[in-house]
Amino acid sequence: MIVTRGLTKRYGDFVALDSVDLRVSTGESVALWGPNGAGKTTVVRCILGLSSYDGQIEVAGMDAACQPKRVRSLIGHVPQELAFYNDQTVIEAADFSARLKRVDTDTLEATLELVGVTSHAYKPIGSLSGGLKQRLAIGLALLGNPPILLLDEPTSNLDAGSRESVVSLLHDLKSPERSMVLTSHHIEEIGLLADRVIVFETGRVVLECGPHELSERMGLRSWLHVRISAGTLDEAALALSARGIRAWPNRQGVLVEVPSQRKGDALRAFDDAGYPVVDFEVWR
Amino acid sequence: MTFEWDLVLTVARRELHDTVRARLLWIYAGAFGVLASALTLSGLAGNRLSGTGGYGRTAASLVALAQTMVPLMGLTLGALTLAGARERGALRFVLAHPVSRTEVLVGTFLGLAGGLFGAVAAGFGVAGLIGAVSGAPGSPMSLLALTGLAALLAVSMVAVGMAIGAGSVRSSSALGFSVLAWLLLVFAGDLGIMGTALATRMPVSALLFSVIANPVEAFRIAAVPTFGSSLDILGPAGSYAIDTLGPASGWLAAVVLVVWIVGPGWVGLRRFRRCDA
Repeated sequence: MIVTRGLTKRYGDFVALDSVDLRVSTGESVALWGPNGAGKTTVVRCILGLSSYDGQIEVAGMDAACQPKRVRSLIGHVPQELAFYNDQTVIEAADFSARLKRVDTDTLEATLELVGVTSHAYKPIGSLSGGLKQRLAIGLALLGNPPILLLDEPTSNLDAGSRESVVSLLHDLKSPERSMVLTSHHIEEIGLLADRVIVFETGRVVLECGPHELSERMGLRSWLHVRISAGTLDEAALALSARGIRAWPNRQGVLVEVPSQRKGDALRAFDDAGYPVVDFEVWR
Repeated sequence: MTFEWDLVLTVARRELHDTVRARLLWIYAGAFGVLASALTLSGLAGNRLSGTGGYGRTAASLVALAQTMVPLMGLTLGALTLAGARERGALRFVLAHPVSRTEVLVGTFLGLAGGLFGAVAAGFGVAGLIGAVSGAPGSPMSLLALTGLAALLAVSMVAVGMAIGAGSVRSSSALGFSVLAWLLLVFAGDLGIMGTALATRMPVSALLFSVIANPVEAFRIAAVPTFGSSLDILGPAGSYAIDTLGPASGWLAAVVLVVWIVGPGWVGLRRFRRCDA
């Protein structure tokens, strides 16, 4: 569905994308993963024709540089944040988007219903919560039922509750007819949404793997903040260190660094050493 | 790639809607309306004191006001619309739809030009209404012609402003360059031509060309005859224009304003198509 060959983007001397080759099949959901500045968003912008580029992008067999309008008619784009005037209402935004996509405006209500913003249709966008704004952005992207969704860090500005609800909505949108390309920092949502992960570093593809292999293949580590009985923090940290787990006491608990895919090992180690876990949080 | 007018009109409606809600337009429109009304009233008071009738003094004041304020309004609003949309990310949102950059630029231009036309027409309308209620002499047609020319000036300045904003990444730099353009066209251009003419003993034909090539001066040349005055009041270039061009000078000046819409429009389109959204 989407193929890039030698995709390169330069900003002066800075190379944002360096000869990137990608392939996304019909019905496949692919996550672009990497640190800030790795080039994930630039790929999305090049596919949409928002940035100039060298190399070739093909969408549904069409050259994106030669037929940018037709290519965009196949794509629904969800930006990081809706960049509207805050006084524009939800229905006005949806109507504008539908007209640009040549979608029958009679379908607006059904789309707003699908993403759960019907009751906010006549409210200004500025008055919506971050989660509702992002639901609206997804709704606008879905107008016309495009076969491709490009999602540029769709949950990056959301709190945990809103993120969960948006990820759940996106999960429901996965279908064998729809390809999804998603950029994200959040390993949990990649696990839920992606069939394949492409890892970017300084504008290059450095790894392709399944979503559940990502932590191990990238050597990702998580920080757990574990709450145990207050008087035993120093001893517990020493006991874990003796078992080869990096741990430091802090005022409220013990901070533990573990491989991202093996968080349970640390919690078991506390129990095994005789320090029952009261509570814990994943800090990163 | 096809150019689709319905998409242009969709963008134009959106831009007009946003322009009408923009605080800056209301500030400009309010200031323009207040100053136009004040000039009309003071012109009427002057006529009563001196015992002279005639609309010339008021109209001349309105021309002076329009040639100063309208370029400022057009240039700054034109420069800020694209640069501001780019800065907010709104431009990326629109361009992610199946719409070409040409359609977005033309639609934005039409919407903004429509909003500014409304502001200028309202300013002149208030002045005309005050004049009519106060029993000022003068033909409404001359005020209408003046309004039309001011609108043409406004639209040409929007085109220049958008050419500035089309390639600007930050709205602050777009605003800075648009104010610089305003100073050059309204003040420095006039002073520069005077200084150059004196220093180089410029032939009067070249002087006329230099004057009429400036859209602000072209507006003045086209506007002066609308209230029955002679181009003589513009000095040697005006006298030369009457001698060589006769009544066509007004039309030529209007054509110059149209050229100042098409030329910067083309430059703006080239810059807009090259620049990342």
